[in-house]
Amino acid sequence: MKNFFRILSLIILFFGFQLSSNAAEKVEFLKTHWSFKGVFGKFDRGALQRGYQVYTEVCSSCHSMKYLSYRNLAEKGGPEFTEAQAKAIAASFEVKDGPNADGEMFLRPGKLSDKFVMPYENVKAAQAANGGAYPPDMSVLVKARGGGVDYIYSLLQGYEDPPAGFTLEEGVYYNKYMYGKKIKMANQLSDGLVEYADGTNATVEQMSKDVTTFLMWSAEPHLESRHRMGFKAIIYLIILTTLVYFSMKRIWSRIETEV
Amino acid sequence: MSDHDYTPKSKVGKWFNDRLPLLTLANHLTEYPTPKNLNYWWTFGGILTFCLITQIITGLVLAMHYIAHADMAFDSVEHIMRDVNYGWLIRYIHANGASMFFLAVYIHIFRSLFYGSYKSPREIIWIIGIIIYLLMMAAAFMGYVLPWGQMSFWGATVITNLFSAIPLVGEGIVTWLWGGYSVDNPTLTRFFTLHYLIPFLILGLVVLHIWALHVPGNNNPVGIDIKKPSKDTVPFHPYIVIKDGFALLMFMIVFAFFVFYTPNILGHADNYIEADPLVTPAHIVPEWYLLPFYAILRSVPDKLLGVVAMLSAIFILAALPWLDTSKIRSAVFRPLYRQFYWILVADVLILGYVGAMPAEGLYLLIARVATAYYFLHFLVILPLLGLKEKTLPVPLSITEPVLGGSINFASAKNTERSNK
Amino acid sequence: MSEKKTNRRDFLFTATYAVGAVGVGATIWPMIDQMNPDASVKALASTEVDVSDVNPGKTITVLWRGKPVFIRRRTQDEIAEAKSVKLEDLKDPQKDEDRAKDPEWLVMLGVCTHLGCVPLDQKGDYNGWFCPCHGSHYDTSGRIRKGPAPTNMEIPKYEFVDSNTIKIG
Repeated sequence: MKNFFRILSLIILFFGFQLSSNAAEKVEFLKTHWSFKGVFGKFDRGALQRGYQVYTEVCSSCHSMKYLSYRNLAEKGGPEFTEAQAKAIAASFEVKDGPNADGEMFLRPGKLSDKFVMPYENVKAAQAANGGAYPPDMSVLVKARGGGVDYIYSLLQGYEDPPAGFTLEEGVYYNKYMYGKKIKMANQLSDGLVEYADGTNATVEQMSKDVTTFLMWSAEPHLESRHRMGFKAIIYLIILTTLVYFSMKRIWSRIETEV
Repeated sequence: MSDHDYTPKSKVGKWFNDRLPLLTLANHLTEYPTPKNLNYWWTFGGILTFCLITQIITGLVLAMHYIAHADMAFDSVEHIMRDVNYGWLIRYIHANGASMFFLAVYIHIFRSLFYGSYKSPREIIWIIGIIIYLLMMAAAFMGYVLPWGQMSFWGATVITNLFSAIPLVGEGIVTWLWGGYSVDNPTLTRFFTLHYLIPFLILGLVVLHIWALHVPGNNNPVGIDIKKPSKDTVPFHPYIVIKDGFALLMFMIVFAFFVFYTPNILGHADNYIEADPLVTPAHIVPEWYLLPFYAILRSVPDKLLGVVAMLSAIFILAALPWLDTSKIRSAVFRPLYRQFYWILVADVLILGYVGAMPAEGLYLLIARVATAYYFLHFLVILPLLGLKEKTLPVPLSITEPVLGGSINFASAKNTERSNK
Repeated sequence: MSEKKTNRRDFLFTATYAVGAVGVGATIWPMIDQMNPDASVKALASTEVDVSDVNPGKTITVLWRGKPVFIRRRTQDEIAEAKSVKLEDLKDPQKDEDRAKDPEWLVMLGVCTHLGCVPLDQKGDYNGWFCPCHGSHYDTSGRIRKGPAPTNMEIPKYEFVDSNTIKIG
């Protein structure tokens, strides 16, 4: 057994080593409590629904979410809108379909199976409309950024006046959490910008937290079932390991009596 | 070995076995006499077999849904993660499985280094092992390219460009590898093909690795030759099977923790950004298991020599059975070698650490010292040590050093520990 | 005493095997289920068809779940012929009323029940469909009359959303 703890501590040490090496360039991000962290972590449904509202009303004019479909909004482990609500949301968007019998593309109301409508036809169009900077697709954005949710949450609240002597080019803004402190996206959030359907007070902090939660879900839509399954799997493995351990002791005790 | 004496009891069994001796093989594998004093470091062979099979099965499943096309690869991976039934689970097992595979293989290699398992008569086992390790690195590298994220693309660009260091034909080889003038769709499809092929080559080599192992039998912590079968050995089944199983389950708990709770921690965030040939990520870092070699590559200020140094660092291992001149296998009885062994472990860890850091200033200096020491260890220290070192007295058998009382696995291990 | 020990040992080993087997089973399931239709495929399980310009005597073929669906606006003769057939004469007895909710419209999966080929329209001995692969004849209601196919062509779940639109699935 002692050997095992040696192996285990070596493993932990080794990965600890790795992590610390990745952490070297981190800035101190703003801290908040995320309900989805930890072994039993789950999404806050309210936050997800509000986050979707912030995304649609604020972000979606520039940022696409091309891997999400409207059906996802009603799926278990997500915002869990009712099927009817999700259908209504989908129908409120115009989706390009076709070609029809005449060979022409046409617009129709969205269906649950449709992907989120994109604000721009393609990357070039997005760049052209945003001064050359492509507003990244947000489907997996949380996983594509070093600091993950803390980074996004901080970034949304990180707009300040630049310190004296800091030069900003045209169309560039100062954000203390951005790499190089320069960002091409202007500050989007202000208190009371959206009117939450559930009556929550829409402070910048609240909106940042909600939309970040929504982005975490969009990047990891199966997070809840992953956590649930993980707990069961590890409990199972511990039980089996214990049984095998005692079986092993039993079997090896045979040699003692033999010799 | 008593293989040839084996005759199946049933008539049908005998009829079959005379034509295809599978039952003899099965009998050999169950009866295979194994030193009874093997410690838990010896369980990683079984764990590695598990890793290989897990990677093959999950890889097969992923290949059913993955699309090897530059325009669709990233999308198809997201499709697997979102829509395919249990797709997220299978992909996370496969991605983290690569890391677990390397973790296990490093422990396996360093176990071999400590107990001198590469020495005569086990040189062929060792060399096959090194080839397996090389193929693993190739498979892992190509697999990392398949999601077609930023790290995939730029990792592929950087690694394939290593070949451009070859004088005269280098550029031609790189173009040939790419099937174009940059890493692009042809590169992706051929990497996918090879990534699919290599695990089966590894599987074949694993069979040879085990076959070669079963000729002399296992080395053991005491490092002496033992009579087989004898009081020093136990049959592989059930003794070793259950012990390997127990160790494997412990390993799986760690594995499961990564898969279910921190599935992306070993990867790089940039690989969730789709490949963009116009923008290079701020820091290009290979996966953790390649970092020591990456550090060696960067520590040499010349392109060609850097590549040569990196490759030598791997190939030098193949010559290890002849570089180590000591007659004694186990480090348990080599007090000086034991010190140098731990320095080498630290050296490799340091190389890994600086490999993840920017190649400048102090980090570069450390990388250079560590690289120099790495080669010094194998080329100078090991050959000299074998000739000069005063070793401790080696017991004649596994059971011999035990003074009275019950002679079993645990007490043999205690002896080993007190010897340290 | 030794007997007792044996019993306990047996229980321990049996328990270990049993728990191990459960784990193997639970691990195999995801590997099997991944081959089932995924969430995006299931989401496309229904399709709406505009039938406003389908005149009597005309068949359109639409793709639904990767298979052809025949939508035929039947003539009065065809309807009469389909209704006049005695159930005893049928290999797979089924009334025409059970196959066409609105007798004018026959909505049917265009897949031969023999081995999955697509039958040809207005061919064969019964003025219905004829499968060129192995010679199965279907009548104007898509029922099997002659040849190796065992059952009538399948009627999918469908409904009229309005007078011009049929929703299949």
